[in-house]
Amino acid sequence: MARTLVEKLWEAHVVRELGDGWDLLHVDRHLLHDLSGPPALGELHRRRLEIRNPELTFAVSDHAISSAPGRNAAPGELGARLHGALKSRAAATGIRFFDLGEPGQGIVHVTGPELGLVLPGLTLICGDSHTCTNGALGALAFGVGTSESAHALATQTVRQRRLKQLRVRCDGALARGVTAKDLILHTIAALGAAAGAGHAVEFAGAAIRTMPIEGRLTICNLAVELGAKVGIVAPDDTTFAYLRGRPFAPPGAELDAACARWRELRSDESATFDRDERIDASQVAPMITWGTSPEHAVPIDAAIPTPASDAHVAALEYMGLEPGRRLAGTKIDWVFIGSCANSRLSDLREAAALARGRRVAKGVTAWVVPGSEQVKRAAQREGLDEIFRAAGFEWREPGCSLCVAANGERVPPGARAVSTSNRNFVGRQGPGARTHLASPATAVAAAVTGELCDARRL
Amino acid sequence: MQPFTRVTGAAAPLLLPNVDTDVIIRMDSLLGGGDLGRFALAALRFRPDGAPNPGCALNEPRFAGAPILLAGPNFGCGSSREVAVTALQAIGIRCVIAPSFGDIFHANCFRNGMLPIELPLEAVERLAAQAREGDFTVDLETQRVVPPSGVAVPFAIDGLQREALLEGLDEIGLTLRFADEIAAWQVADRAARPWVWRIPKAEL
Repeated sequence: MARTLVEKLWEAHVVRELGDGWDLLHVDRHLLHDLSGPPALGELHRRRLEIRNPELTFAVSDHAISSAPGRNAAPGELGARLHGALKSRAAATGIRFFDLGEPGQGIVHVTGPELGLVLPGLTLICGDSHTCTNGALGALAFGVGTSESAHALATQTVRQRRLKQLRVRCDGALARGVTAKDLILHTIAALGAAAGAGHAVEFAGAAIRTMPIEGRLTICNLAVELGAKVGIVAPDDTTFAYLRGRPFAPPGAELDAACARWRELRSDESATFDRDERIDASQVAPMITWGTSPEHAVPIDAAIPTPASDAHVAALEYMGLEPGRRLAGTKIDWVFIGSCANSRLSDLREAAALARGRRVAKGVTAWVVPGSEQVKRAAQREGLDEIFRAAGFEWREPGCSLCVAANGERVPPGARAVSTSNRNFVGRQGPGARTHLASPATAVAAAVTGELCDARRL
Repeated sequence: MQPFTRVTGAAAPLLLPNVDTDVIIRMDSLLGGGDLGRFALAALRFRPDGAPNPGCALNEPRFAGAPILLAGPNFGCGSSREVAVTALQAIGIRCVIAPSFGDIFHANCFRNGMLPIELPLEAVERLAAQAREGDFTVDLETQRVVPPSGVAVPFAIDGLQREALLEGLDEIGLTLRFADEIAAWQVADRAARPWVWRIPKAEL
């Protein structure tokens, strides 16, 4: 019987069927961060349970630590306790921990792929909904709650109900100046923020196949904003080339042997999906959100839509926007370039290319928070930090920072921010903060003009 | 885990779509410690100056401590934070009835004694129309919601999850009974997929 890629990976990891459509799935990689890691490890400690496979488990602080330059000795008041707890529990249980200031530290969904911890065909969990990011490498990756994370620490398995299958085929090619972020925001706006609920979503089509891994990571990162806890792209030569030489990926000949097997990881031609959608990538424009759900996204040159529901009215009121007016030209106060959606080296290069020789507009606070220590160092080797600083951006230390504002860093109440992150929820970047989601290019364009604008017009 | 069998009480209507877990509980409100209930759904319950928002049903005296929440589509979407469930419990909620849920929030409910019930939007709206007419009863054993009108609404629920809630089961304990099967699976997998297990001891 023909199967989808996700069905194949799922079935290959069933340790035991639990009945009623539930399976006990083996977990090949388990990543811990400073918010969900300490309580999960703490539960095992309290119950005097062993961690079954610490060698398959990796830990890093990202959510609650400060991103302030020079923070490595003092990760911030809020973050220090959680960072310390994660570090000491990891040391006590034999879990590899990547400390502040070391290569390997960074946003967990940026470091996993970068280190080669994520491989095609693996199951991977983390106590974080954006774990779906890792599906870009052909892994079955999804976020779990703290209880499930504790369950996986004790048993190296998770209890999961089988998912429905959704395919989004992105045909055609993106126009110049249009990025992976624009494509996924366009897709979420077209299908809705709940379209993927209960589903795994496979991204396919020419626009995905020709996309580098960094772009696929951005696409899969926002799968959960489409409602799907799993996003995946079938591995191909682009994937295999990306993995070669990564420190935790199989070396040389072992990688070749694994790649031969990984080539089989694709949906069968005749596999049936519960839902099959097509997106014409050539029609995608640079996108920006106007409201408080990622589905509230429109092309940057569009007008603010007329509200179609009470929820839209509430969103516009929160955002301080009037329907009918053009979004472009709206004054902004903050710019955040970072997060597991868009903080990789390619994102920073794209942003720096536009920032070079320009100046952040008066009254605008603009931050660049690299996704990882490795991204930070690579960017510094290329001089990107100097370009950003010369343009008036703050160059900061790697972590989640203003995306989730769990570390005391906040966009002030009422301030309008253009953010390369993935969530424009009410209060996400700070109580009362008004978030417009966009690509790094659109974020830089906003920073240097002081208003929402199409980066292609710079 | 606290079992769930039945609850009787007020059902507060909050039919906004896409109420995400950041709105249910802001991440940084956890780090200071203290009473979670003050922070639950704060962006909807309170105005920016901290005064109660008169437009939010949860602020009506009849809904104070309501054990049932009638919610809109995609309730609990977004972040996987499990404390979103315990924050709702801190203001007394034991059961959320909505047309659909965020997947991870939905799973987290069952691990914390919270019953999420999926009903079509029209059915939730019909229940919400009676919210100010009296108490509701939600019975997990009979799988029925009985609103003030007395006309019971049946609901479907996954058998395993129903049992877990009724019994207050400890999943880790249940799975540890399969430790031998897990071990056997891992032995076979080490041979089949050596690259999963031979992780280089990389110095970075």
